[in-house]
Amino acid sequence: MVDLTAQDMHMNQTSPVTAAKSEVKPRPKLRARRAVPSWAITVATIGLLIALWEYFGRDVNPIFGSYPSAIAAAGWDMLRTGELGAAMVQSLEPFVAGFVLALVFGVPLGLLLGRFRVFEAAFGILVTGGYAMPLVALVPLLVLWLGLGFKVKVAIIFLMCVFPIAINTWLGVKVVSKTLIEVGRAFVAPNMVILRRIVFPATLPYIMAGVKLAVGRGVVAMVIAEFFTAISGLGGIIINSATNFDTARMFVPIIVIMVLATLLNALVGVVERWIAPWQSEISARD
Amino acid sequence: MGEVSLIDVSKSFNIKIDSEIHTVQALRNVGFTIRDGEIAVLIGPSGCGKTTALRVAMGLETASSGSVLVDGREVRGCGYDRGMVFQHAELLPWLNALQNVMFGLEMKGMRGAELHDTAMRYLDLVGLKGAWNRRPHQLSGGMKQRVGIARALAIDPKVLLMDEPFGALDAQTRESLQSELLDIQARTGKTVVFVTHDLDEAVLLADRVFVMRAGELQEIIDVPLPRPRGDLGVLRGSPEFAAARYKIWQALHQAESVAH
Ligand SMILES: Nc1ncnc2c1ncn2[C@@H]1O[C@H](COP(=O)(O)OP(=O)(O)OP(=O)(O)O)[C@@H](O)[C@H]1O
Ligand SMILES: [Mg+2]
Repeated sequence: MVDLTAQDMHMNQTSPVTAAKSEVKPRPKLRARRAVPSWAITVATIGLLIALWEYFGRDVNPIFGSYPSAIAAAGWDMLRTGELGAAMVQSLEPFVAGFVLALVFGVPLGLLLGRFRVFEAAFGILVTGGYAMPLVALVPLLVLWLGLGFKVKVAIIFLMCVFPIAINTWLGVKVVSKTLIEVGRAFVAPNMVILRRIVFPATLPYIMAGVKLAVGRGVVAMVIAEFFTAISGLGGIIINSATNFDTARMFVPIIVIMVLATLLNALVGVVERWIAPWQSEISARD
Repeated sequence: MGEVSLIDVSKSFNIKIDSEIHTVQALRNVGFTIRDGEIAVLIGPSGCGKTTALRVAMGLETASSGSVLVDGREVRGCGYDRGMVFQHAELLPWLNALQNVMFGLEMKGMRGAELHDTAMRYLDLVGLKGAWNRRPHQLSGGMKQRVGIARALAIDPKVLLMDEPFGALDAQTRESLQSELLDIQARTGKTVVFVTHDLDEAVLLADRVFVMRAGELQEIIDVPLPRPRGDLGVLRGSPEFAAARYKIWQALHQAESVAH
């Protein structure tokens, strides 16, 4: 099979015209022989961790720790009563709002920072600084400005997400090959068109890496917001269970949040392959 | 019409080496006129300023002094009167072959069915109609270069500027693209400015060969071979080809021995 592919490529190179005219038939994806699929390895690791936790966790005082089957039972309970579902919705609403806002502001901000020297000199330092801002310390101030409700939660999540997105985009713009931009210039494209039609698509992989970072930070921001403003959602369950020393219940939202972040990251990966399919096809390993 | 002149063009670059600023004189008072409809080849040792001359002519680089004229009118910056074919094609990887050709046309303001049909016509011209929906990484090096040529031709420039466009290709692909270029040039009558390292390529393509040395134009050599050039294989074996090749070789050799 390997030989066949090599020959095929060779043919493409020496006689491009015939290769172009001949019909390209879709063919089943090549797979390495008898290699263990990656997902199986992942599942095995997680299974092993859960088993170890279950085995050793059972001996621990239920106030100081918990173990998977107890957490699962608590989770099932909360799911049945509808408590978990309601909390998730409550958490996800500000998360989605803050995250979408961060995307809408962060990407253009990063594009402008990378492309225009004056803009970069004026605002670059604010973005770098903003990334390192100890947000938790600012929460009381934000509460004073925006109250305890939905708005302040959105603001906290936005502030945690916008900087990694902007910084990654900015970095991505900086490494766009000069010749690609010259293609735009050679066809007399105005600066803004070069930005939209060349720089933006070329930067997409970096933007997506920023989005993945932002998912992790955004989820943390979501919990922080629920701890320090009006107690609600998944973060609220964590706090309330902790104060009642109900450790098994406390772990349920923690696990849910981790699973959620992982799923969101996978979703970003899918979106990336959908809007930037050339990237995974070009890179050495997808 | 498609006459390009460089008038007394000089170009220097400032480069920083170990925090010291050095000035590199890439072009020194270069002046020449490339006639309408001719194929002019720039040749010379590495670093002699061929690429710089082409980029100044395109408007991608501004001359430190001197000016560029197209049909007698001074031009500043890039324009649709000139089309650039890049050394490594430089297709936009997220667009397929057709969309890449459409890109330049869109920038020029073409829209709708006309846009699609024009792009398809130029893909057909370079023999790639059947591969219109492939993205660059699904094309061979030669195919990419064809798309690059189609993209530049589609905007209907008066002058086609090409910087070692076949330099990275294998001998066979290179040869087929050379004869294709000759064919397209004969059909469209475009002026072509072509940079190459390759002596044979220079003789096969050129009406006149411009030999450069150390940022200066050293010599212009006429290639007295008939047009159309006919079968390139036969041409290579002819005594006229050998004579023209030898003449350019001598000029280059002289250029190198002066340079060292
Ligand atoms: N952007 C740049 N910055 C600094 N120096 C440059 C730049 N471009 C070219 N030069 C210098 O100008 C000189 C001419 O370069 P140029 O690329 O025009 O040569 P060339 O004839 O095309 O060479 P080659 O055949 O190797 O492509 C070289 O000394 C090079 O180092
Ligand atoms: Mg060069």
